[in-house]
Amino acid sequence: MLFLIFISSGLLLGWSLGSNDAANIFGTAVGSRMISFRRAAWIASIFVVLGAVFQGRGASETLTGLGEVDALGGAFTVALFAGFTVFLMTRARLPVSTSQAVVGAILGWTFFTGSDTDYTVLTKIVSTWVSGPILGMFFAAILYILLRKTLRRTKIHVIKLDTYIRIALIMAGAFGAYSLGANNIANVMGVFVPSAPDILLNFGIFTLDGVQILFLFGGLAIAVGIFTYSERVMQTVGRGILALTPEAAFIVVLAQALVLFLFSSIRFSEMLMAIGLPPLPLVPVSSTQVVIGAVLGIGLVKGAREIKIRTLSGVALGWIITPITAGIFTFFALFFVQNVFGIAVTKQIPEEITEMPVIIAEPSVLTDMAQQINMVLPGLLILSMAIIVLLVYLFFRQQKMRLKTENELLTQQNQYFNAQKALNDMEINAIQMENTMLSNKLEIKRQEYNNILLNISDQKKFLESVSDQISRLIGEKDIDKRDRELKALSARLKQRMSFSKEIDDFYGKIEQTHQDFITKLTERFPDLTEKEKRLAILLRLNLSSKEIATLMNISTKSTEIARYRLRKKMGLKERANVHDFLTNL
Amino acid sequence: MKPFKHANKSIELIDNFLNTIDRGAIIFKEGVKNYLYGNRENFVDNLKTLSALETDADIYRRKVENILYTQSLMPQLRGDIMRLLEELDNTIDLAKKSLFQFDVEVPKIPAELNQDFVKLSELSAAAIESVVPAARAYFRSPELVKEKIHRVYLYEKEADKLADSIKRRVFQELPIEKLSEKFHLRYFTLHIENLSDAAERVADVLSIMAIKRTT
Repeated sequence: MLFLIFISSGLLLGWSLGSNDAANIFGTAVGSRMISFRRAAWIASIFVVLGAVFQGRGASETLTGLGEVDALGGAFTVALFAGFTVFLMTRARLPVSTSQAVVGAILGWTFFTGSDTDYTVLTKIVSTWVSGPILGMFFAAILYILLRKTLRRTKIHVIKLDTYIRIALIMAGAFGAYSLGANNIANVMGVFVPSAPDILLNFGIFTLDGVQILFLFGGLAIAVGIFTYSERVMQTVGRGILALTPEAAFIVVLAQALVLFLFSSIRFSEMLMAIGLPPLPLVPVSSTQVVIGAVLGIGLVKGAREIKIRTLSGVALGWIITPITAGIFTFFALFFVQNVFGIAVTKQIPEEITEMPVIIAEPSVLTDMAQQINMVLPGLLILSMAIIVLLVYLFFRQQKMRLKTENELLTQQNQYFNAQKALNDMEINAIQMENTMLSNKLEIKRQEYNNILLNISDQKKFLESVSDQISRLIGEKDIDKRDRELKALSARLKQRMSFSKEIDDFYGKIEQTHQDFITKLTERFPDLTEKEKRLAILLRLNLSSKEIATLMNISTKSTEIARYRLRKKMGLKERANVHDFLTNL
Repeated sequence: MKPFKHANKSIELIDNFLNTIDRGAIIFKEGVKNYLYGNRENFVDNLKTLSALETDADIYRRKVENILYTQSLMPQLRGDIMRLLEELDNTIDLAKKSLFQFDVEVPKIPAELNQDFVKLSELSAAAIESVVPAARAYFRSPELVKEKIHRVYLYEKEADKLADSIKRRVFQELPIEKLSEKFHLRYFTLHIENLSDAAERVADVLSIMAIKRTT
């Protein structure tokens, strides 16, 4: 437990590294939404942990060579103040690298404890600060030229190319994450290596020694950093690098991954030595600075006219300011930790200062001396549990998705139903309106029939009375009386023949039917009298003069005159047909 | 392979879209020719075909847009590509509108101008026909775009010159009495000339897009 508290500063450093440096690997892919953050975070985390556990030892050994921080208290202070320096410089918006801060802090420790500083190692490390970005630039330039040539030759469709780049970015990202874990775990946990626990966990297929367990914790801290804080950084970096084409972004990630891999691969160094070449120093390098180098490399290939001197000088300035600041901070902090809190910062300090046991572990002899713990059964149990949890998760996810789909379907059906209902309502309204109209028509017809019926009975009554009167008059002997009564009968008949009521009814209906025509007629010829309008309607119905005369209760001659006047008022030429004119009005 | 499913689909749609635009240009010039020489039946047939092609082009464009945005394909280039497709779609829209105007307004074109109008429509259609291969090149070999679009600029320039000459003849030389008829002819010259201008706009968009991809 105490060990965990002491390495917490290293874990903090790991968290900071995860939240910042993962953006160099998946920034473009996430920022441009080629891959979701969650997926990127999972890939990055898994590969960072793998790289840290299985290839992290090389770079850590070099850091240990610089200054073997042999007490947990010292390691804690070194990691804490390296992290503090990174934090401060980030706040001050100065270019900073965790590697440089850690080296500075270790140097602060060596000065404080009076330990010997291995200047050969120091030179080796400092040289990589320069050679890292240069190598990145070189790799990026070469790879970019190759990719460009290949693309020109293969003539891949731009949309297909996008898919290839997507896949390539994920693969390069995974490789980058592995290399980041392998190379930069030294920054996070390097200072704790001499204090690593003396155990060996056996998982059947593979074993983990104390240092690897330490690196596992460091890797997990980086993963936590990736999950908790790197999304925002990824979005920012993604948008920054977006100025590059996706092809260039892929090259940047790949070049960075290659550089970090080479500076952490023991096997590659051995290979170089085997062919008689000097081995590459296994040193933690700043991924951000390698990225800057790679971007520059692509810029050079593209023939960029201006190189941002400010960015380069910022990087160079970081090489000087960061280690010095971290060194000074650590130096003074160690003084406080040792003299104020009474915690041993090195093995060389007398034991009475702290009762804490100082564990020194030599990685080479660790496996021989270590306490062996069989992790096959617990490992299998954990694996089975993980599989069960995964299956349960997948099951519930499937259920959730099914429910979601069903809900969507239901919503769609609901919307469809509502739309259908609205349509039905409209149809019902239309039918109701039609019904009302029809019942009105029916009412009118009924009234008409009633009128006809009344008319018939009225006419019948009248004709019967006329018939009775004529029968009576036939038998009348008094000639004067008969003449008088015949005259009265004739007057009654004439009065009856005027049909004024029926004619009024007729006009009423006709005007109702020809409402549009009357409106148009009035608009065009506002001087027309009511009688003339009626005449126009009758002419439009194509009735003969005789029929019109009967309906208007005038003589045929008067009808002709009225017709002539109407033609004149409407300004019709002699040959124009009045019926056609009125029909087309 | 699943990751390539949407890519292949959108490639196929874009190819179909470009074929449609190309066919539209050919049908347009045939339509104008048929109108000018009084082949009413063929003209109506051309009009129907062009209208169907225009609808197809719209459908293809929307489908491509849908795939590119829903599948997050080419986040950096899709805006440019959609603009290119929109500009290309505009050419076939204009061609259809123009042919419809012939059908609706039935302009009285003097026989002396028949040849000029045929040539103008051929030049405008040629501008479109040349911009289509340039658009195809953008997707596979952007470095070839530049050498393909110079033809578009040439045809556009020639179409402009011819359109000016037609307008000059209409207003200054030909015995057309009514000013309304002169205006009508000017508008139809403009409608056809607009096609080559639309092709030029596509070429402009393409040249910038090609620069973006090649540098």
